Amino acid sequence: MESAVEQLNHKPERANKASQKNLMRLNLGPSHPATHGTLRIFVELDGEFIRQMKQEIGYLHRCFEKMSETHTWNQVVPYTDRLNYCSALMNNVGYVMAVEKLLGITVPKRCQRIRVILCELSRIADHLVAIGANAVDVGALTCFWYFFRERENLYDLFEAACGARLTTSYTRVGGLMRDLPDGWTDWCRKIIGNIPRSIDDVEGLLTSNRIWIDRTRDVAPITREVALQYGFTGPCLRACGVPYDIRKAHPYYDYDQFDWNIVTSTAGDTYARYLVRMGEMRESLRIVQQALDDLPDGPVNVDDWSVVLPPKEAVYTTIEGLIAHFKLLTEGLRPPVGEVYSYTEAANGELGFFISSHGVGRPYRVRVRPPCFAIYQAFPEMCLGQTVSDAIAGLGSLNIIAGELDR
Amino acid sequence: MPEIDIKGLSDKAPAFLERFSGEVLSVSDFRGDLEICVKKDRLKEMVGFLKEDSSLSFDILMDLFGMDYSTFPIAQLERFAVVYNFYSVSRKKRLRLKVFVPEQAAELDSIHEIYKAANWYERETWDMFGIRFLGHPNLVRILCHGEFQGHPLRKDYPSDQYQKLKHAAHSNEI
Repeated sequence: MESAVEQLNHKPERANKASQKNLMRLNLGPSHPATHGTLRIFVELDGEFIRQMKQEIGYLHRCFEKMSETHTWNQVVPYTDRLNYCSALMNNVGYVMAVEKLLGITVPKRCQRIRVILCELSRIADHLVAIGANAVDVGALTCFWYFFRERENLYDLFEAACGARLTTSYTRVGGLMRDLPDGWTDWCRKIIGNIPRSIDDVEGLLTSNRIWIDRTRDVAPITREVALQYGFTGPCLRACGVPYDIRKAHPYYDYDQFDWNIVTSTAGDTYARYLVRMGEMRESLRIVQQALDDLPDGPVNVDDWSVVLPPKEAVYTTIEGLIAHFKLLTEGLRPPVGEVYSYTEAANGELGFFISSHGVGRPYRVRVRPPCFAIYQAFPEMCLGQTVSDAIAGLGSLNIIAGELDR
Repeated sequence: MPEIDIKGLSDKAPAFLERFSGEVLSVSDFRGDLEICVKKDRLKEMVGFLKEDSSLSFDILMDLFGMDYSTFPIAQLERFAVVYNFYSVSRKKRLRLKVFVPEQAAELDSIHEIYKAANWYERETWDMFGIRFLGHPNLVRILCHGEFQGHPLRKDYPSDQYQKLKHAAHSNEI
């Protein structure tokens, strides 16, 4: 006779012992509050335990790659906002970095620092949503409110910088849409000063909370080997004990000059992914602090009128400025013929852009490597033998964003 | 066969180039990205070698996607190509493998047994370009709906073409 506690402590092998008959089929989604987007999951249940699972994706397919081929290089930027819409700025930066690699140009120091600051703030915003929503899925609503207060403040910062909260489109090939407004850095310091308190609050509510641990430990686990097989990157891979972070492995924008650490965990389960994200937010705050302290003055755009628009004054007063402006707007910028793959560490892992140019004002092909696509593929393997409620907790911890999954 | 220029590149993947020298069509490193073009016949063997060989150990298949070169201004070997992006976590190295696929026989061996990640990527490449992967366990559309006609990322598919969905077919098979 099993005690009630043992029964609650559901083990995967229990499902295998159960009878083969009376399997129930259950459909989750495509629109279900717990799927955080349009994901359809179809499971076969033995009692509460998942025997088989199949996911269906594509509900949010918007032909990002096809549309990119019909727009100019800079017009693709707004499309990238919609990939991972929880951290749009990182997609903007990832895309323009790829085009800049193709052009062979380096953006000015000030631009690099601003991009670092905004990317790390986006990472924090993304992790706030991931953990907050994950906690809601298992019934803890308070953390969500604590985190969303900070997220709103971060979105105020984005709005001040570029005029939009969610779909930022802040970057341009060769620089930024515009420089930061006056007083932005002081405001930013004030806002990020409040974030540690919220993280502490949520840590106090969750990290050693018996219910949270029971609901997340050993839930949707994945081993290091299987994670690598499926091409995991980002927090989900680091939660399996692989310290792979592009910011350290292949530093861009002086990430190697900041003092920060890669956060890893070993268990590979939902709880480990929670711990990694919590740690990463603190590390990101350290990076932002250092980047703000060391923000140089100077231009934010490269000094090349074949890439960025000349200042209005030059357009109105000089013939060179007028020609450059006209050529750039009618023909667009023209990278050389070639193919490059550029990669950045986005909130969910490696965000890669493979860009093929045939030397005209439009891309020949833009291929985006979304981190979610690889991660979500492994989801059935992580959930077999677990309960439906475990699968929901696990899904939240993977932070699947349908925008970048389906493109 | 084009002249292989491996001068200055051979140190980046010597074991591979040595072993499959008959398969390699070209090697390039535009903007620092190592790209090797290979013939398609011994693809599985090559990919297995990239993963298992201790001097290479490319343990992650980062990406796999198709290309359609039919309107590319510089003539390519074939109309289609499939590109594989590998990454080695221990060595921090990347390698891009490009395999040209002829239009008449747009098919290639599946590598899903070597990298589990390949399963969905190959489905997507089939969906978008109509390139078949031999030996794939479930080669059906993944992003477009089941009734969709044609392959949207091919260059001869108009970007403004719409298709009506008659009924939302859904599968209840697991």
